[in-house]
Amino acid sequence: MVSRWHMKYLIKGGHVIDPANKIDGIFDILICDGKIEKIGKDLGIKRDEVIDAKGKIVAPGFVDMHVHLREPGREDEETVYSGTRAAIKGGFTTVACMPNTEPPTDNPAAANTLRAIIKKDAACNVVIVGTITELRQGLKLTEFLRMKEAGVTAFSDDGSSVDDWALLAGALSEAAAQGLVMIEHCEDKKLSAGGVMNAGFMATKMGLKGISGASEYERVQRNIDLARKKLSGIHIAHVSCKESVDLIRKAKRDGVKVTAETAPHYFALTEDCCAAYDTNTKMNPPLRSKEDVEAVKKGLADGTIDTIATDHAPHTDAEKDVEFDSAPFGIIGLETALSLAVTELVDKKVLSWSELIMKMSANPARILRIEKGALSAGSSADIVIIDPDKEYIYKKDSIGSKSKNSPFIDWKLKAKVTHVFMGGKPCLL
Amino acid sequence: MDKKTAWTKKDLLGLEYLSREEIELILYTAASFKEVTTRQIKKVPTLRGKTVVNLFYEPSTRTRTSFELAAKRLSADVINIEIETSSVKKGETLIDTGRNIEALKIDIIVVRHNCSGAPNILSRAVKARVINAGDGWHEHPTQALLDMFTLKSKLGRIEGLNVSIIGDIAHSRVARSNIWGLTKLGAKVTVCAPPVLIPVGIENMGVRVTSDIDEALGDADAINVLRMQFERDGLTAFPSKLEYFKQYGITNDRLKKCKKDIVVMHPGPINRGIEMSSEVADGKNSVILEQVTNGIAVRMAALYLVAYAKEAAK
Repeated sequence: MVSRWHMKYLIKGGHVIDPANKIDGIFDILICDGKIEKIGKDLGIKRDEVIDAKGKIVAPGFVDMHVHLREPGREDEETVYSGTRAAIKGGFTTVACMPNTEPPTDNPAAANTLRAIIKKDAACNVVIVGTITELRQGLKLTEFLRMKEAGVTAFSDDGSSVDDWALLAGALSEAAAQGLVMIEHCEDKKLSAGGVMNAGFMATKMGLKGISGASEYERVQRNIDLARKKLSGIHIAHVSCKESVDLIRKAKRDGVKVTAETAPHYFALTEDCCAAYDTNTKMNPPLRSKEDVEAVKKGLADGTIDTIATDHAPHTDAEKDVEFDSAPFGIIGLETALSLAVTELVDKKVLSWSELIMKMSANPARILRIEKGALSAGSSADIVIIDPDKEYIYKKDSIGSKSKNSPFIDWKLKAKVTHVFMGGKPCLL
Repeated sequence: MDKKTAWTKKDLLGLEYLSREEIELILYTAASFKEVTTRQIKKVPTLRGKTVVNLFYEPSTRTRTSFELAAKRLSADVINIEIETSSVKKGETLIDTGRNIEALKIDIIVVRHNCSGAPNILSRAVKARVINAGDGWHEHPTQALLDMFTLKSKLGRIEGLNVSIIGDIAHSRVARSNIWGLTKLGAKVTVCAPPVLIPVGIENMGVRVTSDIDEALGDADAINVLRMQFERDGLTAFPSKLEYFKQYGITNDRLKKCKKDIVVMHPGPINRGIEMSSEVADGKNSVILEQVTNGIAVRMAALYLVAYAKEAAK
């Protein structure tokens, strides 16, 4: 019997959008032995199975460069197994997992251990992010090159910013010399200390301590300055406020090698959503004002913000069902990212479909320096098929992630992933 | 006040969530209970067979005692639960504690919590009625209601009064509840504090904002002087108690320049010599002890109304 791996699949008549290869039209895609064999019109050759993609959008599998898979250490929240299956449901075929696990991925052995788990359990490609400093304490740099050998693709102390300027300057010098990808979580914890939501009238009204935009954008400014000085690239994680967008836009114009991501909740929700003290509206950085949301959208539209990353941050109901002050920051996002982006960005004419797909595939792949995010002949067949008009209610019991901490539960969403090919294999959704 | 409004809310979480009519209904109901508290036998059978639990996560003598007496004067059974550490440290969450208490077949939970919004979260988790007895910096609705009740009994009205709230506005649930209540009832509210203690955007609540004590006192019919909590986080930016008293402390000298019958309120406990002098606290304009007395009637009204709420059809 022929194993599924060796079957040929024909994705027929879909609207293929592959920005990296400038493809945007009705085409067939032939998949063979896990790879894309050919893209063309009316590929009527002998094949094993046909997927009718008429009326659907066919795109490179999405790449999410900011995901918390929680393994090792918090397998009650998420695992490589569950998180990568949630990713597939959301159309992601590659995710980058952040190193703030317990213990953190801050040495080659930890990276090797994680790599073994990924090999055993992952349903999609997983890119390992290692820490910039040991234990993410901001005191001593990790062994970048040895970790790279152990399979680490990028570096970040996500959850914390590297406070020490000199230390980060050292890391960026190294990054420039060795071609490493550095991702910074921008937050001055002296400014944000004790804060639980955006500083502003809503926080005042609700009696909660605010987190100012300054705690974010002052670090964005510092990171831009260091990247400029060290001629290094730097990627800014989860941009949430207007000032950050403006700083990054200007830095890009000046030729600084800065890239940036935002998360769906920063363009889909505002601080007003916190009004009922729902802890699924508590994230870091916090939901900001309407002006910030508009600035983030503008940043996406004009290319200031390169990619949409979910910052998928699973927490159990038990952790979240507490007082707003006591709840952990973060929400899951893998399974809602596409729908929110279509509703808030494509339908509202912020981005075209092609631009959106670029920001969810080719751009993050380019930033991570991985060969993903394109439908090139001969490349691994990581493909997502989307019904762009399909409306559905996002129900709690439909969530694939182990944790259910989403503010979008029971929302009516639009655009649904109908098929995912991962390395040429159709995945069950 | 007319009594055409029917009370339909399961909970009393804050004055932000109430209409003018609902606030007036509580004050109207409190007036009739006030009469009960002046009788020889200060007890009515209104809540006989009902159980009220005072669930206090923060130390409070005054509010807890007031709620306890209010419940007892309505013939309810009262249980006091004081939890000193936060739920997270204790290992049982607020919701679990609430559900366990509810499993004891009680009717009303009066909750005081150091986290803003805790009563909102609790109220969604239990069918029992929830009354907020003060949450973080958010709201202290019964305190504001008793302040308004006292004001109305002193000055005959709330509409059109100039009321100044003076002190640590940023960290005050009393300030927020008073602002919601007073503005809904048509008073003109001024908040006065050192700039560092004025929270972002407070003017959006419909108040005049100033850091000039003379401006706050100038046209005031009443002032509500807040307790300064120098031990609380966020006050590091203000130099000292003496500096505060010099700039904002209410003294007889300052009162002399005010309207003659200005009503001086304070939610207690007073820091004598910090936010007001002893002469003012004990002086003829002070209604501080009347506030305490009125607190019982107002809390009787709150307990009664939520206990018999006719929930609006959903």
